[in-house]
Amino acid sequence: MRKRAAGLSAALLGIVLGLTACGSDQPAAAPADSAPASAPAVDKGNGKLVIWADPVRTAALKPFTEQFGKENGVTVEIKEIAEELQNQFLTASQQGSGPDVLIAAHDWIGNLVQNGSIDPVQLTAEQKSAFQEIAIKAVTFGGQTYGAPYAVENLGLIRNTALAPEAPASVEALIESGQALKKAGKVSEILCVPVGQEGDAYHIYPFYSSAGGSLFGTTASGDPDPTKITVGDSAPAFTKLNELGKKGVGALKTSLGNDNTIATFASGKCAYLISGPWAIADVKKAGISYDVTAVPAFDGGDPATPFVGVQTFYVASKGKSKALAQEFVTNYVTNPDVAMALYNADPRPPALTAALDQAKAANPDMGKFIEAGKTGIPMPAIPQMAAIWQPFGVAEAAVINGGDPAKAAAAANKAITEAIEK
Amino acid sequence: MKTKPRAGNDSPPSGHRRALPRPRRELSTGFVVSRILVLAVGSAVAFYAAPPLIAAESWTGLTVLAAATALIAYVYLSRRHLPLKYLVPGTVFLIAFQIFPVLFTLSTAFTNFGEGHRGTKEEAITSIQTSSVAQVPGSPEYNLSVAVRDGELVFLLVDTATKQVQAGTATGLEPVSGAELGLTGKVLSAPGFQVLTIPQAAARGAEISALTVPTAAGAIKANGLSRAFEGRAAKAYAPDCDCVTDSATGQKWTADPDEGAFVAADGSRLAQGWQVNVGFSNFTRVFTDPRISAHFLSLFAWDLLFAAASVLGTFGIGLIAALALHGVKVRGTRLYRVLLVLPYAMPAFAMFLVWRDMFNTDFGLINRVLGLHTDWFGEPVSARFAVILVNLWLGFPYMFLVTTGALQAIPSELGEAARIDGATPWHNFRRVTLPLLLIAVTPLLISSFAFNFNNFNAIRLTTNGAPFSVDNTTVGGTDLLITYTFRLAFEGGSAEFGFAAAISVFIFILVGIISALAFRRTRYQEEVYA
Repeated sequence: MRKRAAGLSAALLGIVLGLTACGSDQPAAAPADSAPASAPAVDKGNGKLVIWADPVRTAALKPFTEQFGKENGVTVEIKEIAEELQNQFLTASQQGSGPDVLIAAHDWIGNLVQNGSIDPVQLTAEQKSAFQEIAIKAVTFGGQTYGAPYAVENLGLIRNTALAPEAPASVEALIESGQALKKAGKVSEILCVPVGQEGDAYHIYPFYSSAGGSLFGTTASGDPDPTKITVGDSAPAFTKLNELGKKGVGALKTSLGNDNTIATFASGKCAYLISGPWAIADVKKAGISYDVTAVPAFDGGDPATPFVGVQTFYVASKGKSKALAQEFVTNYVTNPDVAMALYNADPRPPALTAALDQAKAANPDMGKFIEAGKTGIPMPAIPQMAAIWQPFGVAEAAVINGGDPAKAAAAANKAITEAIEK
Repeated sequence: MKTKPRAGNDSPPSGHRRALPRPRRELSTGFVVSRILVLAVGSAVAFYAAPPLIAAESWTGLTVLAAATALIAYVYLSRRHLPLKYLVPGTVFLIAFQIFPVLFTLSTAFTNFGEGHRGTKEEAITSIQTSSVAQVPGSPEYNLSVAVRDGELVFLLVDTATKQVQAGTATGLEPVSGAELGLTGKVLSAPGFQVLTIPQAAARGAEISALTVPTAAGAIKANGLSRAFEGRAAKAYAPDCDCVTDSATGQKWTADPDEGAFVAADGSRLAQGWQVNVGFSNFTRVFTDPRISAHFLSLFAWDLLFAAASVLGTFGIGLIAALALHGVKVRGTRLYRVLLVLPYAMPAFAMFLVWRDMFNTDFGLINRVLGLHTDWFGEPVSARFAVILVNLWLGFPYMFLVTTGALQAIPSELGEAARIDGATPWHNFRRVTLPLLLIAVTPLLISSFAFNFNNFNAIRLTTNGAPFSVDNTTVGGTDLLITYTFRLAFEGGSAEFGFAAAISVFIFILVGIISALAFRRTRYQEEVYA
């Protein structure tokens, strides 16, 4: 298997060398000449585009990929990968049996790039300006654009308007209103936000950031800097979480996790839910009248910044039909009509501004979620982000259960630093 | 299946044997069918596996495949080697599914295989250069039509700003006159060129990707089938210094063959690395990394306790249940048995998740039914109790099945004889039934111990190691060795398969030692009782 990959990479190398050799002012004819002759022998994917995606997106994408196939006279195969999409993609790419196009969240970029499994995509300035700014920022890594974004997702505060007609202006106001409702016996929980046994860094981040907490320092270019872990310096933010937890007001609890929080809100047991666009279907089904606003900040605190996740189309480095993959990613899915059709099949706020405007008109929730993400930051795409989740989550769960915030912050910082340095 | 008398059975007296030709062995239908089956499967596998191996030029693999196929063909086509005919399938599966994975794990343990270190150095270099390709500043955008001239693939490029048409070939750009442009700004036709339709171009995708049109500042490459751009790679690898240089900043990263990465003088490294042999460092890390050595003993002790409690507990409950239903003539014995086996029939994955939710503090069934408000997974003692309880529930039906079978195999005369000799039922059980039972089930108890020692799912899907103390976020109260090292290897930053493989080897050795000791004891036991 390794040999096959090596053969493929040798051919690729020829191609890239053609490009680089030209760059260094050499007469470039020789390497470029040999490349076309050798490539078709390796490539057996002519006229066939293979796409991998998770089950949710597979269903939504099927009609458009078929349309693309018809327009271009090629066959398109979209394969559903239910488990471990990232790892399966990396392993298959390595063996030369991977797809041409991958659809996944933007925060995988760091790991996909360090494994040499995706190529940058060349979007024109015009194409880039058609997207929401944060979407392009999210797919930019090390100065390169690594994919075409299609949906932007972030957390918002979903409110049961029958119980809480007014959007709370601050966390304090939210807690007060939640406590009053609980006292009146209208709800059983002050706030529904997933914490779980192991904590949940993604869902708590708006509160954490509003309380002054951060994960990484920033580099000169404004990207997260993995050599500066700032979780240890964020003990005051953990103190705020501690005050909202078990020994404080009891708004945050580890018994609410990813699998029961939305259901609890949908059953009317709490007036406030911190979640994303994916929760709306369940809330609607339960017949709850709701509104979506930004997650509030603490009184006098920093803005609450949710993480923004961007669903992205990637061109696989080791795909067999790269020209088709580039055509699909840079010219097809960046088309507003296609983006709109995608939206209709799987309603998530589109990344293309033109499509978003249409989507907003059809469904105001989309605009509200985008509005709620205005203060957000793209989820860090650096590979080191993987070292954050577990230690941070455990520290979060510990302080919510009444643990000492300073100790928890220090322990998490130590674990993260050790994992990154190792 | 018909059984025909075999000619060999009524062979003539031995004195005449030499004189007579060896009698033909008659073949049963079953024998012929099974032979055809094995040969068919063997050759099917060979035909299936050969083309990819040839395509990958993996001659070693092909030799192994050819040798294995030849061996199978020889064994099953020849009349001799009867024992081999039975041994070969099992041996093939043993090699494919046991020995090969063990060897593969072992060989991985000596590498730095992991995120950022998956492929070869060549692949890393390709990726570094490809991902540094950017559009040449100020260069035009091109609309692309793919065309053919004298059998050669050519790019017909239209500058989107000036509408100037050029032809790009492997030797460079040349002007084209008389081209007809469409509304979208692409070339529809040009004299001397045959413009390909999109489906025609798509069919030649590989050639399009491969075509590089050199320019003064870089090179023009297709970006899909309808656009092209002029790009150049900012980072370039030079074999003479074995280093990568950034032409914009002048920074230089030199290959470090021990790390499998390009490292700069200031210690920064390029993200794309490659796989190298790291010797024993993954193994020594188990002893030198304080994150492992500091927690090893406490983890090991709890792991032993968890495995022992699971095995003894499930065996105890299973045995009691089996004895209760053994030999009694009660109506519905079968129904009881089915009910007892039920937890075993359900998918363990789902059951772990269901139990996890039942232990939820505020919304869990257990607290609600008992009117408690216990944070089960919040304290080490209760969390450990909870995971063992879950494991007992899931595990006892297996022991019940096994002991039921073993009990039925013990001759009832033994019990009767003991009773006549005046043994009480307890003595009967203690001195006759249990020893005989243990001979049958001890190997299963040992394998069950080994399984539970590494019962990843039982922890991962319930507590996932919780509770964690506030000053230690890495080792949880219910973490087994396997769940802890999994977290260390796969969730601590980036996945390290080499390190994980080394840990697997250690756990393999640990379980091996424990099992070997246990088996030795069993042998003594057998000598005493059997």
